[in-house]
Amino acid sequence: MSDTDVQRRQFLKTSVGAAAVAIAPGMLLFDMAHGKSEAVSSKVRWGMLIDTANCADGCDDCVKACNKENGLSGGLSPTDSQWMRKVELKDMRSGRTLALPMMCQHCAEPPCVDVCPTGSSFKRADGIVLVDKHICIGCRYCMMACPYKARSFVHEPLHDQKPDVPRGKGTVESCTMCVHRVDQGKQPACAEACPNKSILFGNLNDPESEISKKIRTVASTQIRADLGLNTGIRYQGI
Amino acid sequence: MASHSPLQFKDRLFFALVAAGGLVVLMGLYAAHMMEVHGHIITGMNNQIVWGIPHVFAIFMIVAASGVLNVASIGSVFGKAIYKARAPLASLLSIALLAGGLTVLMLDLGRPDRVIVAATHYNPTSVFAWNVLLYTGMFTTVAIYLWTMMEQRMNPWSKPAGFVVFAWRFILTTGTGLIFAFLVARQAYGSALLAPMFIVLSFAWGLAVFHVVQSAIYAWNGKTHTPEIVKRMKNLLGIFIIGALYLVAAYHLTNLYFAHQSGFEHFILVDGGIYPQLFWWGYVVLGNLLPLLLIVYPGLGKTMSVIAASMLVILGGFALLYVFIIGGQAYPLNIFPGYEVTSSFGDGQIGLYQPSLPEFLLGCGGLGIAFLITTVSVRVLNFIPHDKPYIAGQASTD
Repeated sequence: MSDTDVQRRQFLKTSVGAAAVAIAPGMLLFDMAHGKSEAVSSKVRWGMLIDTANCADGCDDCVKACNKENGLSGGLSPTDSQWMRKVELKDMRSGRTLALPMMCQHCAEPPCVDVCPTGSSFKRADGIVLVDKHICIGCRYCMMACPYKARSFVHEPLHDQKPDVPRGKGTVESCTMCVHRVDQGKQPACAEACPNKSILFGNLNDPESEISKKIRTVASTQIRADLGLNTGIRYQGI
Repeated sequence: MASHSPLQFKDRLFFALVAAGGLVVLMGLYAAHMMEVHGHIITGMNNQIVWGIPHVFAIFMIVAASGVLNVASIGSVFGKAIYKARAPLASLLSIALLAGGLTVLMLDLGRPDRVIVAATHYNPTSVFAWNVLLYTGMFTTVAIYLWTMMEQRMNPWSKPAGFVVFAWRFILTTGTGLIFAFLVARQAYGSALLAPMFIVLSFAWGLAVFHVVQSAIYAWNGKTHTPEIVKRMKNLLGIFIIGALYLVAAYHLTNLYFAHQSGFEHFILVDGGIYPQLFWWGYVVLGNLLPLLLIVYPGLGKTMSVIAASMLVILGGFALLYVFIIGGQAYPLNIFPGYEVTSSFGDGQIGLYQPSLPEFLLGCGGLGIAFLITTVSVRVLNFIPHDKPYIAGQASTD
């Protein structure tokens, strides 16, 4: 083998090695950025069943977990974003008290989606209601339309956002059901954080899922069921 | 030279008015810029009162923009000569008010820089999106209507154009009413009555604005009002005021009849602090009863009292919109009927709202835009109502 041949082989080997080193991280990142290759499907409908009887008075671990996961300040002023809040209820006739976490109810017929002029408010095929931050013009009509007061408007410039949870000043936001976690096969942060396991997350469309089985056996309600919005969040014990 | 001095004075006054209007517009733009930089935190709006003073100004102007065309419609659709002579001015005012109102609405957006998205991404189920088309169509149809009236060759087309405008503005104000009528869960809104209510309110507010502007133009040009015309138009204003009051009363009475709405009505009409005060004193007494008195009381009803009545109607319009828009949001959503509710997010609490200076500046900036468009247009084009000789027989020089 001539000297030139050896040099040429050496050159080709080095080039291939260098190309592999250069491309591999990019491929890896490309893969990560795209997440799962299959699209979400309407065969799944994500939902939650919240057991208010187990929801402890004074506990707000779910709210804290939500704030931490989504990079919210946790401030309680009327201009601060609160994707999830703890609501204390007292029956006006019997005096019975209860508490429950309240957030976007991920309606099957969401009024926010109906009224949004740009289509920024949208519902994914799997039932999760989201805001596309790129086309929200900040008109707040969805906040007027939401029967659950689930949405917040970003009133101030934001700092230190979470990479998985994009937000933007001048746009509207609400509970995403931790879509970034759900897409990775994890549970929403609130469900995971609840010390009493009062928040049961699962697929409402799968008759064999734990949530579907439980909804078949216990009495559950949708908040403002009279509006016929078919919410993805159900409550037990109201 | 002496004969020129009044003209010179008028010239200077014109430029002074344009400068004043321009300054108001600049202040409005500055307020919008501050809101863009700092966010809506510098306004009084929050997560419960999401629409505030800018919306009161914007909706007043948009509703009045439609109503002022009534003057034109009575001329072109129903063929009344004295109104026909006023159709160009009414159309100009409509365009001016619409431009002012829409500018306020647009600059109040959280992301006004993205307003073009409203055209590139269109959600056909949204009444807001329908309104984008309705507003654009209104500008176009009214501009064409104006052209058919002011360009002699096009005159034969002014009647059909007038018909189109007549239909369009009805649909437009219906659309404005529907913005609220389609809010399913809010006690204050979600009523089919709101569309006709806004239409009739637009008649009164539009005619009131027309009266004020026409009087200013007459005073500017040294013209005096023809008593016959003043009488006709003030009677029309009276009818519109009664019509508007009737629909507002019907809206509250239907609410009062529903047990689940009684809490809200009690809040708006009795114990809601500023809201009942503004409703009764601002809207009912100052905005309706006093103007009616000024119009129909024997001995009154002359030019000055009609101008005063018109200004009061405008004032009453702002009061009503404040109560309707802000009071309607201040009353808490009834998310859990039958329960007392508390939370960190204002559940069960009356929403607090303190309007801030930038909001007022933005709203006034919109009025400034309408003022500038009107003032400059009236100066450069012939918008002054010219009454036909058979009526002008009783009038002063024309």
